[in-house]
Amino acid sequence: MSKISEELDRVVIKFAGDSGDGMQLTGDQFSNTTAFVGNDLSTFPDYPAEIRAPQGTIAGVSGFKIQFGNTTIFSPGDKVDVLVAMNPAALKANTEWIKDRGTIIVDSDSFKAKDFEKAGYSSNPLEDGTFDGYKIIQAPITKLSKDSVDSFNIENKFKTRSKNMFALGMIYWLFNRPLEITENFLQNKFKNKPELAKANIASLKAGYNFALTLELLPSTYTIKAADLPKGKYRSITGNTAAAWGLLAAAEKSGLQLFLGTYPITPASDILHELSKHKGFDVISLQAEDEIAGICSAIGAAFAGCLAVTTTSGPGLALKGEAIGLAIMTELPIVIVDVQRGGPSTGLPTKTEQSDLMQAVYGRNGESPAIVIAASTPSNCYDFAFMASKLAIEHMTPVILLTDGFIANGAEPWKIKETSSLPSITPNKVNVLNKEEWKPYLRKSDTLSRAWAVPGTEGFEHRIGGLEKQENSGNVSYDPKNHERMVQVRAEKVKRVANFIPNLEVKGAEKGDLLIVGWGGTFGSLFTAFHEVYKQHSTVAYAHFNYINPLPKNTAEVFACYKTILVCELNLGQFVKILRSELPQFNYFSFNKVQGLPFTTAELATEFNKYL
Amino acid sequence: MELTPQHITQENTHLTAKDFATNQDVRWCPGCGDYAILNAIQKTLPEIGKNREDIVFVSGIGCSSRFPYYVETYGFHSIHGRAPAIATGVKLANPKLSVWQVTGDGDALAIGGNHFIHALRRNIDINILLFNNEIYGLTKGQFSPTSKTGIVTKSSPQGTVDRAFNPGNLAMGASATFFARVVDVEPKKMVEVFIEAEKHRGTSLVEILQNCVIFNDKAFANVTDKDGKLENQLWVKQGEKMIFGNQNNKGLRLNGLKLEVVTIGENGITENDILIHDANCVESTLHNMLINLSAPEFPVVFGIIRSVVAPTFNDGIWNQLNEEKPKAKFKSVNELLNSGVTWEI
Ligand code: SF4
Repeated sequence: MSKISEELDRVVIKFAGDSGDGMQLTGDQFSNTTAFVGNDLSTFPDYPAEIRAPQGTIAGVSGFKIQFGNTTIFSPGDKVDVLVAMNPAALKANTEWIKDRGTIIVDSDSFKAKDFEKAGYSSNPLEDGTFDGYKIIQAPITKLSKDSVDSFNIENKFKTRSKNMFALGMIYWLFNRPLEITENFLQNKFKNKPELAKANIASLKAGYNFALTLELLPSTYTIKAADLPKGKYRSITGNTAAAWGLLAAAEKSGLQLFLGTYPITPASDILHELSKHKGFDVISLQAEDEIAGICSAIGAAFAGCLAVTTTSGPGLALKGEAIGLAIMTELPIVIVDVQRGGPSTGLPTKTEQSDLMQAVYGRNGESPAIVIAASTPSNCYDFAFMASKLAIEHMTPVILLTDGFIANGAEPWKIKETSSLPSITPNKVNVLNKEEWKPYLRKSDTLSRAWAVPGTEGFEHRIGGLEKQENSGNVSYDPKNHERMVQVRAEKVKRVANFIPNLEVKGAEKGDLLIVGWGGTFGSLFTAFHEVYKQHSTVAYAHFNYINPLPKNTAEVFACYKTILVCELNLGQFVKILRSELPQFNYFSFNKVQGLPFTTAELATEFNKYL
Repeated sequence: MELTPQHITQENTHLTAKDFATNQDVRWCPGCGDYAILNAIQKTLPEIGKNREDIVFVSGIGCSSRFPYYVETYGFHSIHGRAPAIATGVKLANPKLSVWQVTGDGDALAIGGNHFIHALRRNIDINILLFNNEIYGLTKGQFSPTSKTGIVTKSSPQGTVDRAFNPGNLAMGASATFFARVVDVEPKKMVEVFIEAEKHRGTSLVEILQNCVIFNDKAFANVTDKDGKLENQLWVKQGEKMIFGNQNNKGLRLNGLKLEVVTIGENGITENDILIHDANCVESTLHNMLINLSAPEFPVVFGIIRSVVAPTFNDGIWNQLNEEKPKAKFKSVNELLNSGVTWEI
């Protein structure tokens, strides 16, 4: 049967269902296949904090959104072209996120009266006019997928679980995608249960064939490969990229990687990933709590490791005192904070940028830390590497901020081999200078002290959290010395500005409006900027990855624009820092604190207000 | 039997106690029990077969935690309660080091209770010296988790209503593999026990009854004064009868499920009725009973009460690394980056 294939530039799809329906896996598979055929893409997994919230309710809806296209894609998009809703709750939760005349594919087997009532509908929304004007495709997914696996020798409970593969098969047909990537994945995943692998593949194919023969689908869509820079690509999430960046830093520096941490959403995947890599000599300690996580890392740093702890907002709060200890003792550690909605337990699985103040200021005493932020899933690799480099070369803690959105989101990544990363040179003590050496003697450029690691003969010394005398490191309560040391530690962090890149600007070199962002909002901000820039050539965009210290040319850049608009997913934390660091400028801010990323539309509307 | 520790290899016979003293003025109150413990450690270190650079002292906060400043090795005076976690990081990073944690009753059992029990549970190969003076010294005299119920302090003017921890008892609950108790007025015995603590592979906990002359003076007088000493101290030795008393004629025996003090020569009791100490017995019930005895009804038990062989955490971690290394899928980070599904554009 031949059908028409329409060509599109970019498409947004969302898979939504119960948290037990396997939507994240389905989305992952679609992303991998889509990346493989050469489209660029950006994903947004969005799931509830509960592992299995009550079935069929809005609270239990788990979703996976992906935007893909034939050009560079920076964000997972706003409204969706195609929604796959495995039940009425999934439909209801996404109602306002479907484009006008968009396509909705539903599992009609889960639209019985009891199902739509559970979702809070009083009548069947597919029949009562709620979705008039949309293209609704009703497919008995539960039944058909069950039929397709009936002949396999698998437990009954698995027979209904392959419906996500059926739905995926339909979508693969709709967008002309090959099935091989997912087939290989299933064979690998169920290596030890070949019947399960076969059953899932059968369901996938059944979905594909069902769509192929279904009269309701008018055509398939083709999205040409994107014109991306040449090279070898893979798909990567922010958490995996962060873990790999740390591995790269360990290899480059020749140091053993030590991870001391405690499980917390949404950071745990870094622990999972690094725990796999014992082959790279990674010591990973799942400690008894957040404090022990960082303290074990501090102990390992003292003993000469590249020491890391990973966490999210509430955990960062618990680690505060220990970060101060690392600042005081001038030991290198990397603290990765995958931000989530706060305060307190807040919204564990949702994204936010509200730990910035905590990262920059949240400790007792004058305790400056280097703070940097990754801005895309794949550059978590670069900034985890950079965090390690700065910590080791400047002998002080570095806080790396990512967030739930980029940590779980995936994108194609042009593989950056370690040869293209800068070197990392640990400032280990020179055994020839034993006589002149003192624990707190400093290098003149970075002001970092030398790293004298236990086991090194002749460098036995004591460090601690008490104030220390300049150079000797002996305990000192001398008032003038304390002030001097506070200044030295502050200056040491300030001087990091000499070792980081300048702030880059996209768009107008001088002009009316400078859009400012930091961290994980890059994708949405850049997409919106790009749209507005097409009409207004006086707009520019600057994105910060280095927060403390700020890049040296920040003031120079800011001076070129009439208006500075700082956009962030909090109530205005970065703008407060800018106001105190560079008070000579007037700042406007645009904020959102809904546990969700910015949409391109709301940003574009906001930008236009200033033009 | 105690395994011969493989990690004690070098002989450092050239070192003496003096080599382990730093140039820092020791700042404890005159008469504080900490001085005797410091002396005992400085006498111990030349005996453990390690060079100075291979020894690390880690402490938390409190009077006792100033200890690392006074020992000429690597040292880390950290933050309140967290020393077990820091020591764990040091030991995992470099298992060749001899790692000592110095802590007090507040540091280990109040603010650091969680790390304390988890170090013991994992059996990481470190030595924990717990200076128990039953009081907060550095913050000037508040009651601690080991203070006797009813104690009047600045923060308990009407006397405490808190029940006290027995550190050994807590350690047993956390599956400790080595527990010893000493007292600051017995320097020779401290050295003997410290050496055994270092030899033990796993977490060695030594509770040191330490007199705080300023805030809780004579807290242990009933076991340390002239009369109390012989009557109220029972020093257990591996394989020997649990005999004590100024006539050396009292002993412990089991009566049903309870211990009782009996006198040899009275009521037909002979030496044969007295229990023999076995610190190496894996079953911990009797060790626990010994730990819990208190004067004046019973003697307080000193010496190495428990020392059993069990795998250490650091060996476990490093064995995994050594096993995984030859099997590793990737020989370099680049191989990892290029693994799995990739495509060319
Ligand atoms: S306060 Fe007590 S424990 Fe602290 S140094 Fe003085 S005597 Fe020793």
